[in-house]
Amino acid sequence: MPVSKMVGAKVKRREDPRLISGLAHYVDDIILPNTLHVAILRSPYAHARIKSIETDAALKQPGVVAVITGAEIRDKIGLIPVASDNPSLRVPKHYVLAVDKVCYVGEGVVAAVAEDRYAARDALDLIRVDYEPLPAVSDPEKALAAGSPVIHSEWPDNVAFRWSLKQGNLAGAFKEAHKVVRQRLVHQRLAPIAIEPRGVLARYLPGEKELTLWSSTQIPHLLKTQLSLMLKLPENHVRVIAPEVGGGFGSKLNVYAEEGLIGYLALKLNRPVKWIEGRRENIQTTIHGRGQVGEAEVAVKKDGTILGLQYKVIADIGAYHQLLTPGIPPLTGLMLSGSYKIPAIAMEITGVFTNKMATDAYRGAGRPEATYVVERMMDRVAQELGMMPVEIRKKNFPKPKEFPFKTATGLAYDSGNYQAALDKALKLAGYEKLRREQKKLRSQGRYLGIGLSTYVEICAMGPSAAMPAGGWEYGAVRVEPTGKVTVLTGVSPHGQGQETSFAQIVADQLGVDLDDITVIHGDTSVVPSGIGTFGSRATAVGGTAIYQAAEKVKEKAREIAAHLFEADPEDLNFSEGRFSVKGVPKKGLTIQQIALEAHMARKLPKKMEPGLSATSVFEPSNFTFPFGTHICVVEVEPQTGRVEIKKYVAVDDCGRVINPLLVDGQIQGGIAQGLGQALFEEVVYDENGQLLTSSLMDYALPRAVDLPHLDLARTETPTPVNPLGVKGVGEAGTIGSTPAIVNAVVDALVPFGVTHIDMPLKPEKIWRLCQTKEPAQARGGR
Amino acid sequence: MIPAPFDYVRPTTLDEAIRLLAANGDEAKLLAGGHSLLPLVKLRLANPKILIDLSRISGLSGIRQEGDQIIIGALTTHYEIESSELLKQACPLLPETARMIGDVQVRNRGTIGGSLAHADPAADLPAAILALGAELRLTGSDDERWIKGEDFFLDLMTTVLKPTEIITEIRVPVLSGRFGTAYLKMPQKASGFAIVGVAVWIKVEDKACTAIGVGVTGLGAKPFRAKEVEKKLWGKRIDHTFIDADASHVDHGIDPLDDIHASAPFRAHLARVYTHRAIQEAVKRAGVSMPSR
Ligand SMILES: Cc1cc2nc3c(=O)[nH]c(=O)nc-3n(C[C@H](O)[C@H](O)[C@H](O)COP(=O)(O)OP(=O)(O)OC[C@H]3O[C@@H](n4cnc5c(N)ncnc54)[C@H](O)[C@@H]3O)c2cc1C
Repeated sequence: MPVSKMVGAKVKRREDPRLISGLAHYVDDIILPNTLHVAILRSPYAHARIKSIETDAALKQPGVVAVITGAEIRDKIGLIPVASDNPSLRVPKHYVLAVDKVCYVGEGVVAAVAEDRYAARDALDLIRVDYEPLPAVSDPEKALAAGSPVIHSEWPDNVAFRWSLKQGNLAGAFKEAHKVVRQRLVHQRLAPIAIEPRGVLARYLPGEKELTLWSSTQIPHLLKTQLSLMLKLPENHVRVIAPEVGGGFGSKLNVYAEEGLIGYLALKLNRPVKWIEGRRENIQTTIHGRGQVGEAEVAVKKDGTILGLQYKVIADIGAYHQLLTPGIPPLTGLMLSGSYKIPAIAMEITGVFTNKMATDAYRGAGRPEATYVVERMMDRVAQELGMMPVEIRKKNFPKPKEFPFKTATGLAYDSGNYQAALDKALKLAGYEKLRREQKKLRSQGRYLGIGLSTYVEICAMGPSAAMPAGGWEYGAVRVEPTGKVTVLTGVSPHGQGQETSFAQIVADQLGVDLDDITVIHGDTSVVPSGIGTFGSRATAVGGTAIYQAAEKVKEKAREIAAHLFEADPEDLNFSEGRFSVKGVPKKGLTIQQIALEAHMARKLPKKMEPGLSATSVFEPSNFTFPFGTHICVVEVEPQTGRVEIKKYVAVDDCGRVINPLLVDGQIQGGIAQGLGQALFEEVVYDENGQLLTSSLMDYALPRAVDLPHLDLARTETPTPVNPLGVKGVGEAGTIGSTPAIVNAVVDALVPFGVTHIDMPLKPEKIWRLCQTKEPAQARGGR
Repeated sequence: MIPAPFDYVRPTTLDEAIRLLAANGDEAKLLAGGHSLLPLVKLRLANPKILIDLSRISGLSGIRQEGDQIIIGALTTHYEIESSELLKQACPLLPETARMIGDVQVRNRGTIGGSLAHADPAADLPAAILALGAELRLTGSDDERWIKGEDFFLDLMTTVLKPTEIITEIRVPVLSGRFGTAYLKMPQKASGFAIVGVAVWIKVEDKACTAIGVGVTGLGAKPFRAKEVEKKLWGKRIDHTFIDADASHVDHGIDPLDDIHASAPFRAHLARVYTHRAIQEAVKRAGVSMPSR
């Protein structure tokens, strides 16, 4: 790329003024005349047979227009789709509303449609559903045991799928090992909790035969395709719009029952229909993340060289698959080499049905699990060998000249310098000094812990061959007759700030003002095609498409200018948005002037099409692999189990940085969510499948006061995978932070003989561990 | 989060409110800040037919001194308590406690009367009310009574309040002489309510503790006054033995709550730790100089 002004600059988010002044339009802000409202009666049982449903009383209620049961529409709306495939995959029929049986608390059973939201909700109280409760199972390990309640009668073992990976000489590695370190690791279920819950509005125009569906989604184009299949409508009569979307974190990378249902109701009732999710529904029926229980084993030589890693894991699927449910745990498998040279790796996944909501992609999606396994195990191994956590990591890093680095899991890491990021973080944290302080405080009965995580992750998803539904991205750049620039992207930003960063890319390419550029996304009728925003792909893949489209526009403009000047295109300079003839700087045209010529089309080169616009579809050749080091310092109070974060340093390398403010924002938000998982977030179901954390009074989200000051820094190792050199940063904070925090707490509790604690590290767990043993070499504090 | 239909009335006098309450019986609910009641109504866990909004009744809120008492109107918000100069001087335990309730929005709406009437076992203010030996004025259709805080709470979300009574005022003593107070809590991470909270008020004369109040919230089904702990310390000289005194009997006779946030044994343990620490802190704030150990 040429030397630039905007790329790399701290440009404030252009989206923010409308967001913070309440001028943005989320689904619920879109008001169409004559709209009907839907409320959904949901199962109070984790597992039950539906014996009968009585809807007459509800139907008679003033304002109620329709009351719909699953049985009535089972043949009218297709099943909820699963995109991830796997030869052993078992896909239970997942209806939009339950038919005959419910399999988790919150599963939709009856929809009431009414003139307003109140009437719709009131109608639910008048519906009588006669359930016959069935035994339920919520613990995936118990679901595998003989005699467990069976969730789908076709598959009495409750197994949803199996997946395995085995590379290298594992048996040899374990034979040769000086030590084998084993650890059971739990990745608890989390709720993504976007601030804006889901919401759907649909309108059918019978004249045009067009269905428009507004949904709070991350994937409008994929949703359009799936919706046309579910509703058996021609795809070119379906339009999906993702208006302002208030966060997703993967939870809106899906096709949900309500999207099919509301689309269907708009068609059937011939009126606009709206459904807005409540927070309770959001925790019950929007996908959950994580939910793995595994056994890790590491074979290591005496000097700390890792020889092999084996991970057997049970993945808690929930009652049904959602769009990518079975595709998430294998991502853990792919990333099991972490940032280390591990010659032999094996993973076995057993996906298990449970009477719970489905798990699926949540920020990091499989990679936080992998990073947690690897980074926790590095500390466990170091502890067993009496090595320091820094030493063992350095020992096993691939060197910069070893890139592209091939892992035993079959990936080729694009570029990296892991030690540089680690060294920088150690220096920033004042690591040596911290260790001295830790020692001093321990002798006073105070417990400081220092934890690190040297993560690598997989981004920019991805080459289409490795993706369930295309990994390319669409971009278009159009210079309007007046010189303003319109940018179209197939990604669907919902908080990431690409209206700003994509404009920065185009501003540099075309030499136009940022204020003259508009980035449009999220409407399938305006943006012809796209894949969407997830997997930290938007800038690396979508941004590259924009970059390439802008490049094409520039080249076309050059040809037009050359034609007008009767010069050779090679003899033109381009700078600050203006083409000029080499050596005759006065003879020049701005890109805006050229755009007007292109539209007037009177003096264009022969055979050139009028207009100044270009599209590009970028297909990446590989994933990208951002990396970094997070260091967390905590103080733990054994008497109450409270953890205080004293210091947090993150050095992240996401390749080339387009906007440092956006990158920092992504890292900060990511760390907040990683900290939530490490310390207190957890979706809890009781053993009968009742959800015990169905509101934010019980599900603990991190808040501003929970966050320490974050010392953020970077190294910049561009990727060769795309011309921008950007890797992606949307999930790195979440991936890197969780193990750093857990490692810090475990480190603090070493004097108590602690080697591991399962997340979330709630005070009671820590207190209990501190009860079992008097601290070594320390005076017991009160 | 859509409530069932209800009527809404906004009386301007206390008499009118009491009359409405009496006329509607169980169907009616008083509405103060709404920060406990409205979530229940929106989840349809409470389905009152009529809400009687107290906010327009003059004289129900505000903080004033009358002799050696401070009178706090039941509709006084947590924020008003937290920021009252009068209370900061004369009864700092209340502002300290109020400051630890929820967040700014909650404190701007929630009221002391609502918090006490609601009797959430994990609410903060009851601990301070009990430690201070405060009294509540309950006004009903034909009579009015003052009741001690410790006699007010009966059980989980249950008080002596009759269906036709309104809490109108709370009175706390003006603390004078040498004294120290403290409120310490371990918040439940999601809700911010207390897993355990302990409020202590201690009066010091001639280096001895001449009065003490210890109020505990979060531990049991209702907030309570830790009489056994108080008894042990009442009248004692304040020295190292005093501040090291064992607080293990704070949970004596209490059946601790047990939920996903904290088990019963952990709550009992925390109650001991926090009682101990709150006493230490109150002693420190009383400015008692301790010989070094
Ligand atoms: C997000 C959130 C966080 C919170 N965190 C905390 C916390 O950390 N600690 C804490 O202690 N509390 C917390 N609360 C509760 C808050 O303090 C409430 O405001 C308080 O408990 C109730 O006061 P209110 O004025 O809102 O009462 P309302 O909700 O209006 O009423 C509560 C009940 O009391 C009755 N009532 C109200 N006033 C009177 C009266 N004068 N006489 C008789 N009956 C009356 C009502 O009929 C109702 O039954 C939190 C609330 C929320 C929403």
